[in-house]
Amino acid sequence: MSGETHPLGNVTRAPGLRAWLTAEVTASPRQASLQRLYYGWRRLRNNPTAMAALVALACLVAVAILAPLIAPEGYDEQNLAGRLLPPSGAHWFGTDDLGRDILARLAWGARITLMIATLVAAIVAPIGLLVGTAAGYFGGWVDAVLMRVNDVFLSFPSLILALGFVAALGPGIRNAIIAISLTAWPPIARLARAETLTIRNADYIAAVRIQGASASRIIARHIVPMCLPSVIVRITLNMAGIILTAAGLGFLGLGAQPPMPEWGAMLSAGRGHLTGAWWLSAVPGAAILITSLAFNLLGDGLRDVLDPRSE
Amino acid sequence: MRVAGVARQAGSVLVTLVGLLALTFFMGRMLPTDPVIAIIGQTADQAAYDMVRHRLGLDQPLYVQFALYARDMLTGDFGNALFTGHRVADDLRRAFPATLELASLAILIGVGLGVPFGVLAAVYRGTVFDHVIRIVGLVGYSSPTFWLGLMGLIVFYATLGVVGGPGRLDVAFLDSVEPHTGLLLIDALWDGDTDAFWNAVSHIVLPAAILGYGSMAYISRMTRSFMLEQLAQEYIVAARVKGMSRWAVIRRHAFRNILVQLVTVVALAYAFLLEGAVLTETVFAWPGFGRYLTAGLLAGDMNAVLACVLIVGVIFIGLNLVTDRLYRVLDPRTR
Repeated sequence: MSGETHPLGNVTRAPGLRAWLTAEVTASPRQASLQRLYYGWRRLRNNPTAMAALVALACLVAVAILAPLIAPEGYDEQNLAGRLLPPSGAHWFGTDDLGRDILARLAWGARITLMIATLVAAIVAPIGLLVGTAAGYFGGWVDAVLMRVNDVFLSFPSLILALGFVAALGPGIRNAIIAISLTAWPPIARLARAETLTIRNADYIAAVRIQGASASRIIARHIVPMCLPSVIVRITLNMAGIILTAAGLGFLGLGAQPPMPEWGAMLSAGRGHLTGAWWLSAVPGAAILITSLAFNLLGDGLRDVLDPRSE
Repeated sequence: MRVAGVARQAGSVLVTLVGLLALTFFMGRMLPTDPVIAIIGQTADQAAYDMVRHRLGLDQPLYVQFALYARDMLTGDFGNALFTGHRVADDLRRAFPATLELASLAILIGVGLGVPFGVLAAVYRGTVFDHVIRIVGLVGYSSPTFWLGLMGLIVFYATLGVVGGPGRLDVAFLDSVEPHTGLLLIDALWDGDTDAFWNAVSHIVLPAAILGYGSMAYISRMTRSFMLEQLAQEYIVAARVKGMSRWAVIRRHAFRNILVQLVTVVALAYAFLLEGAVLTETVFAWPGFGRYLTAGLLAGDMNAVLACVLIVGVIFIGLNLVTDRLYRVLDPRTR
């Protein structure tokens, strides 16, 4: 990146990167959008809780990536002689009822949590954007039908609806992801529709339309990019709920199946050891709490960046 | 004008209701297994297969099947629950009071703490108190309810022994309370059985507190932002200038103006308790609606599951409708 040439001439960007990012007059659309990102980042940096959340999530990603180093023995290495050991130097978070190290399972489980979060976001964002922008742009009966469907999905708490889908599809992590995605798209669609309504009558849209751009081109190239920032923020905020729903499904035995170290399922295994081994349920629950708290805080911070009026 | 508004709202509710039925109907058909084979087994011959298929109505066109399904659901015929051996409607009638009692107590806790906390946080904005409320609230809706339940049981039941354990009553009291309303606290008082009453209290207090914590987090956050909006208005300054005391302004002007919005929030929080109840009831072995739903799920009993999903949807639509109406009644500007 640092070696690239400046769009205006042969100025290398590295020494004047900050100057380039804060220039009063932008020379290219790319510079303008990078500037916006940079200013947003500066505002986010001033928000200590959001930064703490970002650090926590970065740690989570690091733990997930480094799981083979943290726990080279894997997540299913049983040691029946060392069952239900309390936290100690050898086992920081103790061992479970099959003598498996809880820290190892927690680290490998971070992969599952992040995989669920990423996949749900990757499924929900396109669906929500497609439905929302189409409803907002076309209006009329397209809007009416799509928003009715949306209302039906929104008239359930997400966990209940996800339970219904899992009941129909059968338990398992893949079906859990499908079920959660089916419950998570409506708020995104609603948001994208609202954003579309505010820009569909803008002059620049009219200009592109007069140039002969098709509806799909207008939506894909000129409306979706405008909706993206708020959709990303909303997905970040909803990620906390998504993680809680996934953990809830795992807890009920309908998500990831044993021996997978999904945090909710690990927690449920601790139910039988309330009096003796509190760490079985305390540790994975704390991990879920910290992750969802981090997403909530980061989402709050991002929202403040996008909309300085909201406090 | 008003009649047209009501008619349009009724139409929109009707459409949503049909959509709800379609969704649960569709869920019932998504099953990867053939329901006919599930009943008669793999080895039955074609004639038996056709007969069962006919009796289940599966040989009818899809729209006829849907119409029959909708008729059954709307008349309260949810079929039989295979895992209990009773009719689903009867099971639900037995389970629902337990959830109602739990949720009502939880919402009392949520409103009783959430509203004052929210008002105070707005009034003392930016102070330590405000931040503490914010953090308590954030933890409240970031933490898995089932985990809080387990931790509560470990601390208050297993370690300290100050609350009753799982279930609604100790085993000794199980058959001593006559079911009048199904709400144990009221039934026990009805019979003047104070021992049973206090036993029931000791059992309900922990799950209700944990459910209520979630509502409190939501209600206090919303109350705070509503109050901040009001406190920034000019009429507040005007009232202060004319000599009203600070708290009189807050109580008589600002708070009164957020009441309408609060009703919506509380109704929504009440509805979301149903979701929390599914997990909380599982942790506390609470014989209510949520545990019935999860038991049905684990037994793979679609009749029970779909009935529960449908009922939650209907309750949601109903509560939305009620709050919408209340909004119009309470806020003169919307008339």
